[in-house]
Amino acid sequence: MATYSTNEFRSGLKIMLDGDPYNIVENEFVKPGKGQAFNRVKVRNLKTGRVLEKTFKSGDSVEAADVVDTDMQYLYNDGEAWHFMHPETFEQIAADAQAVGDAAQWLKEQDTCIITLWNDVPIAVTPPNHVILKIVETDPGLRGDTATGGTKPAKCETGAVVKVPLFLEEGDLVKVDTRTGEYLGRAKE
Amino acid sequence: MLRQRAKILQCIRRFFEERQVLEVETPAISHAASSEVHLQSMQVSTNGMSTSYLHTSPELAMKRLLAAGSGDIYQLCKVFRAGEQGGRHNPEFTLLEWYRLGFDMQALLQEVEDLLTIVLSDRLKAAPLTLSYHQAFIEYAQVNPFTASKAQLQTAFEQYAQQQVHDMSREDWLDLILSFIVQPQLPKERLVFITGFPAAQASLAKLDTQDPKVACRFEVFVAGLELANGFEELTDYAEQQHRIETEQARRQSQGLPCLPVDEHFLAALQAGLPACSGVALGVDRLVMLASGQDRIADVLSFDFDRA
Repeated sequence: MATYSTNEFRSGLKIMLDGDPYNIVENEFVKPGKGQAFNRVKVRNLKTGRVLEKTFKSGDSVEAADVVDTDMQYLYNDGEAWHFMHPETFEQIAADAQAVGDAAQWLKEQDTCIITLWNDVPIAVTPPNHVILKIVETDPGLRGDTATGGTKPAKCETGAVVKVPLFLEEGDLVKVDTRTGEYLGRAKE
Repeated sequence: MLRQRAKILQCIRRFFEERQVLEVETPAISHAASSEVHLQSMQVSTNGMSTSYLHTSPELAMKRLLAAGSGDIYQLCKVFRAGEQGGRHNPEFTLLEWYRLGFDMQALLQEVEDLLTIVLSDRLKAAPLTLSYHQAFIEYAQVNPFTASKAQLQTAFEQYAQQQVHDMSREDWLDLILSFIVQPQLPKERLVFITGFPAAQASLAKLDTQDPKVACRFEVFVAGLELANGFEELTDYAEQQHRIETEQARRQSQGLPCLPVDEHFLAALQAGLPACSGVALGVDRLVMLASGQDRIADVLSFDFDRA
């Protein structure tokens, strides 16, 4: 079983805490001149996304988490699981709803996502930062209204609802930032 | 930044020149290592065979000079501490250390205040605050550092931080509470002196003759940043030898190497160290405070990652 000493702590390191895999977000070394040294870390639970603080005595060791990020292509959803394929080995894996989480609303077939594997099991899916989606449902466009800056909700082909400018119509393609859910602009085929 | 640092060094040298304190230099490489459990010496070899150590502070060598009759002395030097790197730590850093004959702790506190009032004149907006270690814990962590059990200290921390820390001794809990609960709440724009540390953390300070549970040791903080540590110095040879043995035993119990002790220092103490007080001040942190920087790397020409 691999372990890391607090001396090796840095952001991005994957460690095990209370049975769950965590990513170190921030590591702070704190030591009174004449006293015991500590490492205070901010860690993100890779399964739930929750961030918490932990304090270790410097020199202590923690178990390493076997976590890898892999680029994989999204294939389809069979109603229970989301299926992905490795672009080179063509190996396929299925991620459940807990692993996919909010990413589900951005998944478009053939887009490349980052799949986080813990002990070879998918625990998180990160969609591309930018996706191009077709509007499938929205109020009729207000022709000519390109200046007022008003917006309306539009439902996209993947299920996500995005605020778009008033002049856009059903069938239009839009570019969206998946991290913020914001409309970035119109897109061409 | 380089200019501001140079100006502060100049200011320090002028301060001590006016007060007729002699600038000295002592070896950075020693045959002996620090025996303190929380200070790890870096090893060097001067001839490819034997092991020597970089000093973690010039304290012992300066006390040899005092015992030899140097009178009041100060030193500005680089010191080296293994494993210390972070936002406020660099493995090598600049220390100002000075000793005043016949000064008690109070007199030295006044001198620290005089110096810092000059260097940090832009930063300090109110008169210094002096708190005892006991008061600081009661005020900011609602726990008595002298009487609380290990479990009570643990509870005090867990209530505050909502997290658990493992493998902790009673002294570790005190360090943790001071660092994570007390320090962040200290006033930002005035000097804070914390005095009267517990005897178990006396290090090389005398114990209070009125109350032997308390050491004549103080620390100086500005905006929660630990800036200096000072003692009314222990001059008793037998007591000093006993403390070194205790630290060596603690090192052994924690699996740390027991390294050669500075016998020259012990001999000097046996010959007689005059009554004095001394203090060590982190110059890089002083530059951080004077320039408003949060990271030590920002006040160094090149921090260790770029060294």
